[in-house]
Amino acid sequence: MTPETIDLDAAGVRALNRRLQGRDGPVAGGRFLVTNAKGRHALAVGLTESMDVRIRGHVGYYCAGMNREADVTVEGNAGTGVAENLMSGTVRVTGDTSQSAGASGRGGLLVIEGSASARCGITMKGIDIVVGGSIGHMSAFMAQAGRLVVCGDAGAYLGDSIYEAEIFVRGGVESLGADCVEKDMDERAADELQALLERAGVAADASGFRRYGSARQLYNFRVDNAAAY
Amino acid sequence: MCGIVGLYLKNPALRPHLGRLFSPMMDEMTERGPDSAGFAVYREQPGREQAKVTVCSIAPGYDWSGLAGEASRELGCEAAAEPASNHAVLCASVDAGRLRDWVEAGHPELSVTSSGTSLEIYKDVGLPADVLDRFGVAQMAGSHMIGHTRMATESAVTTEGAHPFNTGDDLCLVHNGSLSNHHRLRDWLRDRHGVRFQTENDTEVAAGYLTWRIGEGASIAEALEAGIRDLDGFYTFAVGTRDGFSVLRDPIACKPAVMAENDDWVAMASEFRALACLPDVEAASVWEPEPGKVYSWGGSA
Repeated sequence: MTPETIDLDAAGVRALNRRLQGRDGPVAGGRFLVTNAKGRHALAVGLTESMDVRIRGHVGYYCAGMNREADVTVEGNAGTGVAENLMSGTVRVTGDTSQSAGASGRGGLLVIEGSASARCGITMKGIDIVVGGSIGHMSAFMAQAGRLVVCGDAGAYLGDSIYEAEIFVRGGVESLGADCVEKDMDERAADELQALLERAGVAADASGFRRYGSARQLYNFRVDNAAAY
Repeated sequence: MCGIVGLYLKNPALRPHLGRLFSPMMDEMTERGPDSAGFAVYREQPGREQAKVTVCSIAPGYDWSGLAGEASRELGCEAAAEPASNHAVLCASVDAGRLRDWVEAGHPELSVTSSGTSLEIYKDVGLPADVLDRFGVAQMAGSHMIGHTRMATESAVTTEGAHPFNTGDDLCLVHNGSLSNHHRLRDWLRDRHGVRFQTENDTEVAAGYLTWRIGEGASIAEALEAGIRDLDGFYTFAVGTRDGFSVLRDPIACKPAVMAENDDWVAMASEFRALACLPDVEAASVWEPEPGKVYSWGGSA
């Protein structure tokens, strides 16, 4: 099936999103090719049906945010907040991403083939994020649920104030944030990680990763700290 | 918010087209800063090692040739003025500092936006597209340009409050962000080190800080390294020197920046969309500058 091509220089961002959100006709099962991205913001956002969208070139802020069901591929780099609040479906970025990739995502899979900068997976709530390269500082800050997998290195304060998300890092961790600790890689975690890597299309062995999560020391107020208030 | 852009040409063959390449970059950053806009252009004039001082008159119809004649008589040298909208570049065969002092002492009705031998700074209130038109930027030649589109947060929307800021010969700075220790630092630089400031703007303090460090013998890269420690706040800086270009983001890195480079040019902007108009950008190396890391190109870097 030949994809329906949408040239952003001609159509503009509003027309693209109107089309992909199914407001101009059926989209379920469709294939779309988006050209001339040129760093424009908010491309392919708010999609609610299963479809395949490929975007040529670097994209701006909040690409593929709020989506359900759809599979979106960015052939290039993505700006701030790619796949923000993703509900389901997949988002794949072949290049690097700026800060806050996958922020507050509730489900689905974000694959970043390059590296992500600061605050990757900040306050994630169920999304799975797989990064082929490295991630910047304050990643997975207040992460509540889901998995963040990093094939390279992690920057400072990883997993600060983390709840029940899981973090897997193959390379070095510059520092762990408050209440984030290394945990045993048990059989269940390793099996699930391996399955996730395969789903993300990343050729890596789960045994090469370390696992991090919450020490659960910040969940309840400690009376010993009362004097600080 | 604010938008910043910078373009440094590595290939001298592109220099006649600098303004044409730069204009759409700055125009694209209008949504980040529609209040006012300004830009610095570096253009050497071979065989003319003259001082250049860019001056701005808020009142229309200023007698620029009269100013040049007066400079020539009083400083005992050749002098000429090239007007551009409400600015003019005053050129004279004296030291740039002396020319600047002469304008500031005798002409309080004018504001000096830059001094040096290569740098010219133009700025005005209004939409970036209008400011670009007013000064004929698309026709400008040169080696590098730095621009700023402003959404004011720390001081008033005025021509003087627009970026770039120049405090020392051929040095200029544009800034996206805000500094939190600029009051004390301004006092310290002014009272202890004689750095002169024209406005209450936080960015001018950062420019004055770099001028002071360079005056103490630091390179621009060393001055920026020291700035990571001494300047408190949020910032992405783009800095121009006579033959160099540098970029620095603060270690927390809330303020955006994207860089692109190929064999012909290196460019930076707040967002990639401002770089999308550059020739062959899709094949260029594109990356986000790391927090707290100084990036520099050019001779005195």
